[in-house]
Amino acid sequence: MNSLVAFYRSTIGKKILMAVSGLIGIGFVILHMAGNLQVFIGQNKINSYGAMLHGPLAEVTWLLRLVLIVAVIVHVLMAYQLTQRSAAARPIDYQHRSPQVSTLASRTMKWGGILLLVFIVVHILHFTTEAIDPAGWRGMTDSQGHRDVYGNIVASFRIWWVALFYIVAMLALGLHLYHGAWASVRTLGFAKPSPHPLHRRIALVVAAIVWLGFTLVPVGVIAGIIR
Amino acid sequence: MNLTLHVWRQTGPDTNGTMERYEARDVSPDMSFLEMLDVVNEGLVEAGQMPIAFDHDCREGICGSCGMMINGVAHGPSKGTATCQLHMRTFEDGASVYIEPWRSRAFPVIKDLVVNRGALDRIIAAGGFISAQTGGAQDANNIPVAKQDSDDAMDAAACIGCGACVAACPNGSASLFTAAKISHLGALPQGQPERNRRAQRMVLQMDSEGFGHCTLYGECQEACPKEISIDTIARMNRDFVGSTVAAREEKALGGTG
Ligand code: HEM
Ligand code: FES
Repeated sequence: MNSLVAFYRSTIGKKILMAVSGLIGIGFVILHMAGNLQVFIGQNKINSYGAMLHGPLAEVTWLLRLVLIVAVIVHVLMAYQLTQRSAAARPIDYQHRSPQVSTLASRTMKWGGILLLVFIVVHILHFTTEAIDPAGWRGMTDSQGHRDVYGNIVASFRIWWVALFYIVAMLALGLHLYHGAWASVRTLGFAKPSPHPLHRRIALVVAAIVWLGFTLVPVGVIAGIIR
Repeated sequence: MNLTLHVWRQTGPDTNGTMERYEARDVSPDMSFLEMLDVVNEGLVEAGQMPIAFDHDCREGICGSCGMMINGVAHGPSKGTATCQLHMRTFEDGASVYIEPWRSRAFPVIKDLVVNRGALDRIIAAGGFISAQTGGAQDANNIPVAKQDSDDAMDAAACIGCGACVAACPNGSASLFTAAKISHLGALPQGQPERNRRAQRMVLQMDSEGFGHCTLYGECQEACPKEISIDTIARMNRDFVGSTVAAREEKALGGTG
């Protein structure tokens, strides 16, 4: 068999594809989070940032989108195939099984991941295409003639269920990364041997920063800091 | 001490099993778990019933045959011990103890608590060896081995193939077992010539036996009576990638790929 085909068909090959696509995701969410935090500077700042991504940087934006779309498709497809395979690996389950050391984060990778998939779709329809428009902000522009991303953020997060959906999704993202940022380094074989391989300090920091950075925006709107 | 046991009873590979309840009376806290089962079995035989079948051989934690799920934990509550070395004093008097066989598609139940772990042997057969010329034994210190390498190899070689990693893994993955075997040989100079082929064949055999994938839950490392580290899994993945790359290179040079 061709060695690349064998690699792709193997559980380790699929898991490595998950880890690579997951790391691309981590890189992206950190950049995205940093971009979002510009709402704290003001309407002009974030709206002109948005205009820059769609104007002069449009090609770069599209290239990034392409990479991300491929990464998400690979990640979800591999997650599905691996989960199916492992579900079949234990046809008769234990009547009693008590997990010893696995974290909540690791045990919620599947359901948290499904929530993230729903979130990604809804989120793009909300802020990118504005097809979902809970605040009635579609097509609004600011005094510079830029699309009013800022206004949409403020108006949307003033609606309690929109804010709640984003806050819950970011909790799921934080949990996903608390396991994923740690596991991916091991999946790829980069991790140095450690006397405590289950400790995950760097992953905790990555997850906490990403979670906090994203969550600050809806919380900032609710608290009236962003208005 | 007295215990209430709930034990999986299954007369054969193709029959359905059930959990049956037994009372274990006057158990000495100094007994091992298997000795406790021996006493229960004597009572069953006297009463004209079938004794509980369980696998065991060395009873000193080295053969790997005595695995069972005890209260939902592979090899029971003591860390770093096989079932045969589990003492009854780790249980409270009057406790209920649930005993089930390893559960895995690749480990069919033969009878009661006995499962067929042949899948692990087939993973070894696929590449868990070093091909050596026959003849006189080489001088012991002929091949220098770095201290760290020999330590890593020895730690991984502690694997007794009991299958607790598979049993404890929510995915029913044999990654820790396979990784231990790949690391044990792959860390040593003697294991280098076949390193790529070994990683490739053992991983593909592991997959074809129907084991699950590795999520890195960490349950395997916790269940392992020899406390083998999940670091070996990172090493296996590295070797597996390496073997894929090497096969591509070989193909590019006109080999068979
Ligand atoms: C789109 C929806 C998503 C789904 C359905 C999903 C699903 C999963 C699942 C099931 C796993 C565990 C795989 C296993 O059992 O080993 C996983 C791992 C991971 N995910 Fe996701 N995920 C999603 C989105 C994301 C996002 C947005 C990121 C990054 C920002 C991400 C980063 C990771 C990482 C780094 C891993 C660890 C890979 C490894 O263990 O080596 N995922 N994902
Ligand atoms: S009987 Fe040999 S390891 Fe337990």
